[in-house]
Amino acid sequence: MLSSRLQIRLIALVLALIGFSITWYKVDVLGIPIYPHDKRSVYNIGAEISFIGQHESALISMAIPPKQQGIRILSYDATSADFGFTTAQTANGKRAEWSKRMVDGKQRLFYSIDAIIDSHAKEEEENTLDMQLEEETLSDYTKPVLNAAQTLLKDIHNHSADAHSFTALLIQHFNADAPSQTVKMLRTQNSDDMLNLLYRLLRYEGITVRKIRGLYLGETQHNQSLIPMLEVYSNERWQLFDLKEGKIPRAANFFVWQKGGVSLLDAIGVKESKITFSVSEHRVPAGQIAKHEKMLKEAPLLNFSLFSLPVSQQNSFKHILLIPIGALVVVFLRILVGLRTSGTFMPILIALAFMQTSLIVGLIMFLVIVGFGLLIRSYLSHMNLLLVARISAVVIVVIAIMSVMSILSYKLGLDEVLSITFFPMIILAWTIERMSILWEEEGAKEVFIQGGGSLFVATLAYFAMSNTLVGHLTFNFPELLFVVLAIIIMLGTYSGYRLSELMRFKSMV
Amino acid sequence: MFFASPFALKRRGILGMNRRNVEYIGKLNNRKNFPLVDNKLKTKRIAEAAGIAVPKLLDTIKNQSELKKLHERLEQLRTFVVKPAQGSGGKGILVIVHREGDDFEKPNGEHLSLEEIHHHISNILSGLYSLGGKNDVAMIESLVEFDPIFEHYSFEGVPDIRVVLYKGFPAMAMLRCSTSMSDGKANLHQGAIGVGISMKDGRALNAVQYDRPVMHHPDTKHDFSTLRVPHWERILHLAASCYDITHLGYLGVDIVLDKKLGPLILELNARPGLAIQIANDEGELPRFDLIDTQENTLSVHERVAFSIEHF
Repeated sequence: MLSSRLQIRLIALVLALIGFSITWYKVDVLGIPIYPHDKRSVYNIGAEISFIGQHESALISMAIPPKQQGIRILSYDATSADFGFTTAQTANGKRAEWSKRMVDGKQRLFYSIDAIIDSHAKEEEENTLDMQLEEETLSDYTKPVLNAAQTLLKDIHNHSADAHSFTALLIQHFNADAPSQTVKMLRTQNSDDMLNLLYRLLRYEGITVRKIRGLYLGETQHNQSLIPMLEVYSNERWQLFDLKEGKIPRAANFFVWQKGGVSLLDAIGVKESKITFSVSEHRVPAGQIAKHEKMLKEAPLLNFSLFSLPVSQQNSFKHILLIPIGALVVVFLRILVGLRTSGTFMPILIALAFMQTSLIVGLIMFLVIVGFGLLIRSYLSHMNLLLVARISAVVIVVIAIMSVMSILSYKLGLDEVLSITFFPMIILAWTIERMSILWEEEGAKEVFIQGGGSLFVATLAYFAMSNTLVGHLTFNFPELLFVVLAIIIMLGTYSGYRLSELMRFKSMV
Repeated sequence: MFFASPFALKRRGILGMNRRNVEYIGKLNNRKNFPLVDNKLKTKRIAEAAGIAVPKLLDTIKNQSELKKLHERLEQLRTFVVKPAQGSGGKGILVIVHREGDDFEKPNGEHLSLEEIHHHISNILSGLYSLGGKNDVAMIESLVEFDPIFEHYSFEGVPDIRVVLYKGFPAMAMLRCSTSMSDGKANLHQGAIGVGISMKDGRALNAVQYDRPVMHHPDTKHDFSTLRVPHWERILHLAASCYDITHLGYLGVDIVLDKKLGPLILELNARPGLAIQIANDEGELPRFDLIDTQENTLSVHERVAFSIEHF
């Protein structure tokens, strides 16, 4: 039999080898870069459709993005559980269609696209002008409203030179700080939203216009809805109009999901259908982009990787995969340095919160919450409450402090503080409880040692976890976690002195 | 230099926290036996069954509903100690040295009402002081009338003797004296003084406070060099016999001297601290290594004799 020490070393070695060899394979054979620089962004744009089945057949149809100017779509992917899936070309563009005979309960469908910003990408050839010709008569408007609208349009017509300037003025008119009587009337006239209202007015004026729905590619975003815009054709070119800003240049990172007037999502046979979008950014080396799609399909290793998950889950994993790094920092500081912290893994949770709030703001908020919490807890201790009730009371106090801080700072214009909700409340409540007991029993000094130790560990963990290289490595090479595991196992058998002990036993040598 | 060299510490045979956890506690102390020492009620039962002297258990309070009759249950008691059965590090221990009706007095002269004692016991029951916050039992014990021999070496609290047992052999000992800084508690990290005690005869070797050597007790100004623990062999016997009831190879035994009853086991600790080495100005490892050369079938008497001879 091997001694347990040798066994542990072997296990650690094997884990480290597995981690490093998978990483090597990915770097050398699949060409995923080790360093996050020198790369282009591939944006994964995901649509998530959720609905509730009604015990009948269902047909879900969603508009899918056309080819477009400036952004190249690399691949499409539909995750559809056991639904039948097809794409169909309709008069109003391509649509994805999911169907199933019997649908029950809550269901989710995912559709995702990988795209890069590429100035060479060309728009789809289209017979744009034909499909725009339907007549708009505003026939559902009551007489006075119609009259007012006609007056308004006539006025704007007189003040504008072409379709573009007409549209700009119209939008400006609708967004005026003090909207005119006509605007108010039009907006309350019927159920049309801003987009439809402007669209119909422009069509009534005979302008060639189309609706655009899209989103800005950028940093990781969750639960987005598409931004509605209008595009107006004049002088042989299309001009983009924001519903608030008016005329805007077509931003390089504006991705058009849908063009034209048809609905984004049609759901037949289900209820509460809802669609949300998320965007996540991956850094991929320029040379790899062409192979990207092929690679994902062919390499079984990648097919079974985090990249195969829906985008919103991928984003969650970006955070989850950082936790082992935080744990490594905690293990290191406790075993090798000998720092005392309040609660073993509390610093990691605090560090995760710091990543959302930014460090300085996070530290201040932590101190304020815990400080106030301790004050109120010291009063609660006079009330002779039972433990569970007291901690629950502290949880509520923590939530109250967080709400008050958010409201106050929002009124003062400090938006950063709104991220306070990322703090783990229950952990904070326990921290307050423990520190308060510590204060009563061992004095303020121990509270500052442990509290300071915790914040120090949290800060170091924050720096380790927010490091770009670390984030890149953990997400693209999750197998490196085996290496982290090997290091932690080895640290777990370390029986040498801690740094703090070199100080503690100093008087003996 | 701010730090000592790790090699120098190793030469002196000093046991560090990681090594203690991995090689001593991890290997010698069977997890299964931990509850015997972590739960003071169990410790007391097995100690009493084995004829080992402990302070008398007066009462136990197991659930909140029993607190309604607290007044009646404390009726007969003039002095007593309330302890959480699963407390650690001396947390949650309440000592009452005097009573005037419903007015209770702590060793530091602070007065408590029945209400406050009620609250304290309620906290114990809900697990405030227990490891992991699980529900606990409150023990009410008789107050140790401490031997006046230590009167000059302690401030407000009862000094206790910590003996570290390695495989049942007394390996090192110290006397822990409370100070005004430690608030009458005998915890070294709170400012109590640790006095290293010679295994041979119970004489003081060296005294430290906050890990730094001291000569006198800061409150009573008494010189530690003249201190000698009485009943020394009896104390070592009492300590060593705890190995036979717990089978924990690395064990801390806390003993108090009662005026009438002599040495009593106060509690046992399966994770004894390392400060005893500073108090003795000596590392534990050479002693452990020497004990490792002995057979593990020796009787209590033989083990104590070995320690007295060699350490």
